[in-house]
Amino acid sequence: MTALAGATGARSAATATPPALHVHDVTVRYGEAEVLQRVSFDLETGAFLAIVGPNGSGKSTLVKVALGLVRPTRGHAALFGKDAGAHPERIGYVPQLKTFDRTFPATSVELVVTGVRRRWPVRATRSERDLAHAALDDVGAGRLADRALSKLSGGELQRVYLARALVRRPAIVLLDEPATGVDFLAEHDLYDLLERYQGESGATIAMVTHDLAAARYHANRVLVINRRVHGYGLPEDVLCEPCLQEAFGHVGHTHAVAF
Amino acid sequence: MTDLADLLELLRYPFMQRAIAAGLLIAVMCALLGVFVVQRRLSFLGDGLAHASFGGMGIGTFVIVASGLFEGGAAVFRNPLVIAVPFALLTGLAIAWTRDRTQLSSDTAIGVFFAVSVALGVLFFSAVPPDVNIGFNVMDILFGSILAVRQTELTVIAVTATFAVVALGWSWSALGYATFDEELARTDGVPTKALEYGLFGLAAVVVAVSAVVVGIILMAAYLVIPAAAARLWARSLASMTLFAVVIGTTTTVAGVLASFLFDVPTGAAIILSQAIVFLVAALAPRR
Repeated sequence: MTALAGATGARSAATATPPALHVHDVTVRYGEAEVLQRVSFDLETGAFLAIVGPNGSGKSTLVKVALGLVRPTRGHAALFGKDAGAHPERIGYVPQLKTFDRTFPATSVELVVTGVRRRWPVRATRSERDLAHAALDDVGAGRLADRALSKLSGGELQRVYLARALVRRPAIVLLDEPATGVDFLAEHDLYDLLERYQGESGATIAMVTHDLAAARYHANRVLVINRRVHGYGLPEDVLCEPCLQEAFGHVGHTHAVAF
Repeated sequence: MTDLADLLELLRYPFMQRAIAAGLLIAVMCALLGVFVVQRRLSFLGDGLAHASFGGMGIGTFVIVASGLFEGGAAVFRNPLVIAVPFALLTGLAIAWTRDRTQLSSDTAIGVFFAVSVALGVLFFSAVPPDVNIGFNVMDILFGSILAVRQTELTVIAVTATFAVVALGWSWSALGYATFDEELARTDGVPTKALEYGLFGLAAVVVAVSAVVVGIILMAAYLVIPAAAARLWARSLASMTLFAVVIGTTTTVAGVLASFLFDVPTGAAIILSQAIVFLVAALAPRR
């Protein structure tokens, strides 16, 4: 682990306000398999964190721990000083697109309303629809409001999911590989939208990604993980060959992160 | 061919009124349930649970005959549903538990319970002495006998339908969310696991009670076809639910009347009525 990880933790402990995301000594086991091993870090409010690591390294599990979906075998996670899962209204979550059922009869605006109501709407109220339309407009997807989800492209669907995540103006946005299945331009737009939201709201963002270049150019904190933490800190400190070599086992595809 | 006056005359018979009342109640609860069964890709569940109710009917019939309840007990205790419904409920929960706690897929879990239940049904029905009149034919269980629905069964159906409609109406938004994306729903505090057990348990009871209408063999279709046809037309889960109820109720009434008018088996007439609607929906141009 880099020096910054410890320094960040110390700084958070010294300040009165709790960190946006506090992960302490988290271990997760599924049967015999240890998916996360004693992971600890603090993410300060307003940071943009990229969580990177090879396949099966526990990145998505870490996000699920933060969401309160997975209970750690050991250790704990907290958002703004409260147990993970205690305040879902403060979290905006963008899942992997692969979990989406394309046969489900729904329009974009209905999906965004679930972000307000936290249940599937029988019939959205006028105020819920207004909020949903505003959120879709904010991410440039206003024209998709009444389109069936099954008719949307990957990039369009990603915008709708982002509108759903942001409609409640959450204090922290968690994204699990949001760029998987979307083309380069859609991916670029996604990061722009995230940065714009962060600039307007001061929200904290934590994003799982395979894209080391995106981590370098858009995040201001990077967590390199392969079951345990291999580096945490500024992108220029962490996305270096020794760190990546340790986590990934090779550096063949890390040339895109040249500084 | 019977004319309209004869048809109206037909509706004055108590057995026909009971048949239509039972059909409507079952159509409503099956359609509401069917929406979630179809969207969760659990069409085989209807088959599995219907066959579980066959096992329960076999055990129930044997217990009633062996215990002497058939001779002098109260009417409700002389009906094998009194054992078939709890047996199906336990089977439904066991399937949910197997899905939840093992690596087995739904189809595999359902298939195992399906086979065991049929084996139990055959075993226990064969153990009933052939000279005992049990008040119904095993063929009725397999193929349905809605025109022979008695007041006791209608009461059981009415109570079950009331409970199912209230339970599904109360949990519709949470179930809908969990059906769309289980993980997303959990992040918003929806108790998805409890809902799944509840859905399987409710499906078991509804299917066991409903099997008297169309029979065990056609039960899965009865659960699935109205919801599947509705899905072809609907643009939202709410409209799919509404369409499924409309299709389920109208085709059930049409099937019951057609079966009497044309002297064909009722279960088959209902399913074929539903199939016509499904075909129209499938062939209609998509928006």
